[in-house]
Amino acid sequence: MREAKEPFQFVTASYLIRIRPEQSRTLGDMAAHLRSCSENSILYHTYQSLETHHYSVFSSDFAQWVMAACNEHELAERLAAVDLRDFVSLEDVRAALIERVEGHLQEHPESAERKAFEAFHFCEATEVTVPLPAQARNLAELVEGIRHMSLHTLHYHFINARLRLRLQTTDFSYWLDTSLAWPELAARVNSIEFAPLTLEQVREKLIEILEPFQDQ
Amino acid sequence: MSAAPTPTHGRIPTLDDYVAVVGQAEIDALRALAGGLAGRRVKMVNSTSVGGGVAEILNRQVPLTQELGLPTRWEVITGGSEFFAITKAFHNALHGVEFEPQPHWFELFLATNEENRRRMEFHEEFVVIHDPQPIALVQAREQAGGHWIWRCHIDLSHPNKQVWDFLRPFVERFDASIFSSPGFTHSLPIPQYLFFPTIDPLADKNRFLEPEFVQSVVERFSIDPKRPIVTQVSRFDRLKDPVGVIRAYRMVRRHMDCQLVLAGGGATDDPEGQAVLQDVKEAAGNDPDVHVLDLPPWSHLEVNALQRASTIVLQKSLREGFGLTVSEALWKKRPVIASAVGGIPSQVIHKLTGMLVHSIEGTAAQIRFLLANPDFARKLGENGYEHVKENFLITHKLRRYLLLFRILEQGS
Repeated sequence: MREAKEPFQFVTASYLIRIRPEQSRTLGDMAAHLRSCSENSILYHTYQSLETHHYSVFSSDFAQWVMAACNEHELAERLAAVDLRDFVSLEDVRAALIERVEGHLQEHPESAERKAFEAFHFCEATEVTVPLPAQARNLAELVEGIRHMSLHTLHYHFINARLRLRLQTTDFSYWLDTSLAWPELAARVNSIEFAPLTLEQVREKLIEILEPFQDQ
Repeated sequence: MSAAPTPTHGRIPTLDDYVAVVGQAEIDALRALAGGLAGRRVKMVNSTSVGGGVAEILNRQVPLTQELGLPTRWEVITGGSEFFAITKAFHNALHGVEFEPQPHWFELFLATNEENRRRMEFHEEFVVIHDPQPIALVQAREQAGGHWIWRCHIDLSHPNKQVWDFLRPFVERFDASIFSSPGFTHSLPIPQYLFFPTIDPLADKNRFLEPEFVQSVVERFSIDPKRPIVTQVSRFDRLKDPVGVIRAYRMVRRHMDCQLVLAGGGATDDPEGQAVLQDVKEAAGNDPDVHVLDLPPWSHLEVNALQRASTIVLQKSLREGFGLTVSEALWKKRPVIASAVGGIPSQVIHKLTGMLVHSIEGTAAQIRFLLANPDFARKLGENGYEHVKENFLITHKLRRYLLLFRILEQGS
């Protein structure tokens, strides 16, 4: 069984939601607030919302609001299509969102001042992490950890990791590649299409990929 | 009558009892977060120990916070009947209802808070004041120290200006505020955090009940378990629109068979309850299929059973703080029809975890739709259960408080 150069450190990650003063009542407001809001707001309404949108059409809060409150389906689809796997910086995500909203308003200037059915309230998430006693020194221990970790922690290691590492990867893939010298397995983990999945489904996919190799 | 099962054998549930509901990782996470706060003292202050959502929440939250290693006290302010009539008027005014104060009301509010301030001691590292009734206790903070948090359970989006202008200077003296929905807030110079209210899945009001027990409760209240049951559970309060519910039921009964259950009780800080109950009884008349149940505050098993027995659960509020009865019903996989007010849209995602309505007519139409489409109604209930499991359980609240305490402590 392969032993890691450095153990994988499991953490428990939690997010406290702070309500920001910005409120968008029109798409014009939204374009302005996307420019001025904090990076943590962008994080909360895109990456964090992946945790909670099991029942809505889109996983991005921005896309969901544009569809449900503004009835602008074309723009909603474009915003939902911002693929978070393409980004390693929140400023780049912000730029992609602004480009789509402003592009839409140029094509449809009448949309800028039309009042939304309900306001969009900007929030932001403050992350608190605490290392857990558990560490993984081989693939079997990583699989066991993934099997039992909370969904917040899974989100931290699998989705928010790319912002922290500033790489298009996850904590799991990074460790598989750099500490376990298993780049092909790292690539398979990194190829999981997470946006349309619930985190429970992500967990199942991870175990499905990793478990067959845990005795090698 | 068969006895209800008691999975914790009658004792107060401990954190380990929640593993079966939320998983070991969630409980481990709580313990890890609490580890950095061991020994910090917490005081919770509100205005009633029985009835109403806040008292129910604190009843369960305090022992669990204690178990996590934070010694926690819950204190209730005292006041005369006029004080509670005033705070009820404040409450309604903050929800946007018309407000005509007597000249002495503000002085009496402050004097009662001052009496309570003198009676209480504040040695804790964290003091959480719930709602406006005890808000002026914050004047103790200069002497007492500690971190002070205002937990606002009500919708402040359209408050009466006179009441809000009176309360706002007190709010601004806290270190942080907590609201149940982003839409409930006002621009404030202190940080505002989002805490969804939560239910306790192991409390008598929410825990699993054997079908035999559910049926025995229904029959005790002379409700026919073989016919559709439409239920609203809430205290008898005009803002819950119980008379509007009866009107919606009558529209449905023109076309479809069903029974209506209006189950509620009073809280000690709500002097209007009896008057509203009388109005509801008059509106119900002598219809044998309308069951108006004035339940004592300890009727948690009965409420649980009535919700489980219901074909549809309503929450047709005109204004709402959060409306935890919605989460209670969703936890029991019941299809819910609820007004799109307050925090209800956070719980009811239209057509996915329930149906949102805006009028008596809309309520009647959705009752008819769900009675006619039981498969769709069942799917709503199943989605609703998952939604509550992920967002509105007491373990989520414990985690949020621990996070806030850590952040406040780091900030200082």
